[in-house]
Amino acid sequence: MDKKMIEKIKSDPDFQKLVSERSRVMVVLTLIELFVYFGFILMVAFNKEFLASKLGEGVVTVGIPIGIGVIVISFLLTGIYVYIANKDYDELSEKIKNKYIKEV
Amino acid sequence: MISRFSLIMWLVSAGVIGLAFAAEGKTVNFVAIAMFFLFVIATLGITYWAAKKTRTAKDFYTAGGGITGFQNGLALAGDFMSAASFLGIAGLVYTSGYDGLLYSIGFLVGWPIVMFLLSEPLRNLGKYTFADVTSFRLEQTRIRLLAAIGSLSVITFYLIAQMVGAGKLIQLLFGIPYLYSVIIVGALMITYVAFGGMLATTWIQIIKAILLLGGATFMAIMVLIHFGFSFGDLFQTAVQNHSKGESIMAPGGLVSDPLNAISLGLALMFGTAGLPHILMRFFTVPNAKEARKSVFFATGFIGYFYILTFIIGFGAIALFVQHPEFFVNAKQIIVDNVPKIVDAADESKNLIGDKKALQGGENMAAVLLANAVGGPAFMGFISAVAFATILAVVAGLTLAGASTLSHDLYANVIAKTKDEQKEIQVSKIATFVIGILAIILGIVFEKQNVAFMVGLAFAIAASVNFPILLLSIYWRNLTTTGAFWGALAGLIVALVLIVISPTVWVDVFKNPEPIIKLKNPAIFSMATTFILTILISKIDNSKRAQEDREGFETQYFRSQTGIGAEGAVKH
Repeated sequence: MDKKMIEKIKSDPDFQKLVSERSRVMVVLTLIELFVYFGFILMVAFNKEFLASKLGEGVVTVGIPIGIGVIVISFLLTGIYVYIANKDYDELSEKIKNKYIKEV
Repeated sequence: MISRFSLIMWLVSAGVIGLAFAAEGKTVNFVAIAMFFLFVIATLGITYWAAKKTRTAKDFYTAGGGITGFQNGLALAGDFMSAASFLGIAGLVYTSGYDGLLYSIGFLVGWPIVMFLLSEPLRNLGKYTFADVTSFRLEQTRIRLLAAIGSLSVITFYLIAQMVGAGKLIQLLFGIPYLYSVIIVGALMITYVAFGGMLATTWIQIIKAILLLGGATFMAIMVLIHFGFSFGDLFQTAVQNHSKGESIMAPGGLVSDPLNAISLGLALMFGTAGLPHILMRFFTVPNAKEARKSVFFATGFIGYFYILTFIIGFGAIALFVQHPEFFVNAKQIIVDNVPKIVDAADESKNLIGDKKALQGGENMAAVLLANAVGGPAFMGFISAVAFATILAVVAGLTLAGASTLSHDLYANVIAKTKDEQKEIQVSKIATFVIGILAIILGIVFEKQNVAFMVGLAFAIAASVNFPILLLSIYWRNLTTTGAFWGALAGLIVALVLIVISPTVWVDVFKNPEPIIKLKNPAIFSMATTFILTILISKIDNSKRAQEDREGFETQYFRSQTGIGAEGAVKH
């Protein structure tokens, strides 16, 4: 792959769309995950009482669903990423490949 | 040649095991022994099969690059779910309740980060090791050297912790003396990796992951059946039984102050994204699509597994009250129609959740629960699964270490050769060296407190490997000099801070007071690496720095599109 070809592909709207969308999704999902996890950690550090407060009649605390929730949200976020990526990225990079590179 | 050699290795191992049993002369769990032999024979069979298919360097390092996303997801989970996270976290939940969940969460949240930031660029840019990615546009020699330093320190600390844990666990589960246990583990992992390479290692991870997930699922279901699938009843009984009462339902003393909480959180989250044996697995799949699928499955399996360990830990709290025989010097008494396990000499001392009262210690909670819900046969099964878990993890670590030595250090720094056969030879020698070194370190550290080593491995991974990987992929201005000195400074900060922290200064060196209160150094060591790397790169005006920056375009293009990336080979 020579420089000239790269320059050419870089100005292609499909490539620009791929890059900008991928970066946006990456940044947004990473920030959500950081917010969820460090939000939880800060709650553990600063507001244990809230996590220890009872959920209804029994012994189950607010902290249990929140803690399990962090695990579930993390998994769901990876699912969302796969969904978006499968829907958009592969098609776009395939399109770019077909347009510019014959032997691939 | 290979088949004869592995046969000899196997006979030696079998002989050692036989000797060990004879030497010990104890009653042993026959299901455990049978399961253990079945696993060893099956994995050696896989190794034999894999050895015949492993011809090229690509076969050895990446199993030919033809593993599917689902398979790799299971294998990633297998690489990551160590005996420490199975027995250790179940034990932690048993003694402290909710605090165990804090660790599980920390170990899981790194996976989405791996997915969003690293999985696709890794696959698109790399070939055999993550240093292929960091040295894509930077200078080979210094960056490979840096990656080798980072990887080998992570692997060494992680491996020591695993070997010592393995030796003690096998001693406890099978009655085999510590020394033999460590030698068996070392010999098997050398056989798997040296002969079967990544293909054998991958399938061992997959089998282990299935066994572990299956065994843990069965245990959790048996616990839930006991409580009519009511989590409320399970938690209610646990609170009633546990010596700490209701406090097991909320975070306790494990993460005391905000600085410690955040630093540990950083180490767990970004350490996962810097573990060389995990990063290496991304080169076993054919393309970026399979790479992202594999993280999705891995996250699902690992998350599910951690939820199971939480149920298992609480199950132990709730059910052990019927099993005074699981405890040392304990008896069961009935107070107001409620059974309690108390100290045989002191009825006021409730032993449920006590760190030391359990036979074999807190880490045995999951194994004893297997006995409680499935009898001795199922306990034998879980013991063998724990053994398989250890073997799979150390095999993954050994393969990553051998690859670093042969691919990064030998082929690209020392010999600068493209001779693949020579490189494979070196990787096999490296496997033997690492295996034997692991056995020796396991013996040396037997009586040492190695609890800090996993935390340290994660801190180094988060402060050396992860920042350089991230910056090399996304930051145009990163230069070789910046990365090299920034990451080395981060490594030194991590090592110095851990030595003067409570985990080493007090727990290992037995000083009365730590010099600093911070238990995990990640917050400062990560910051050091990022800040210094960025500062040095900014002021770096060398000729090399210009090449580094100019190379970014080509790299970024390939990282985004996958055009020019390594493909899979057909077998």
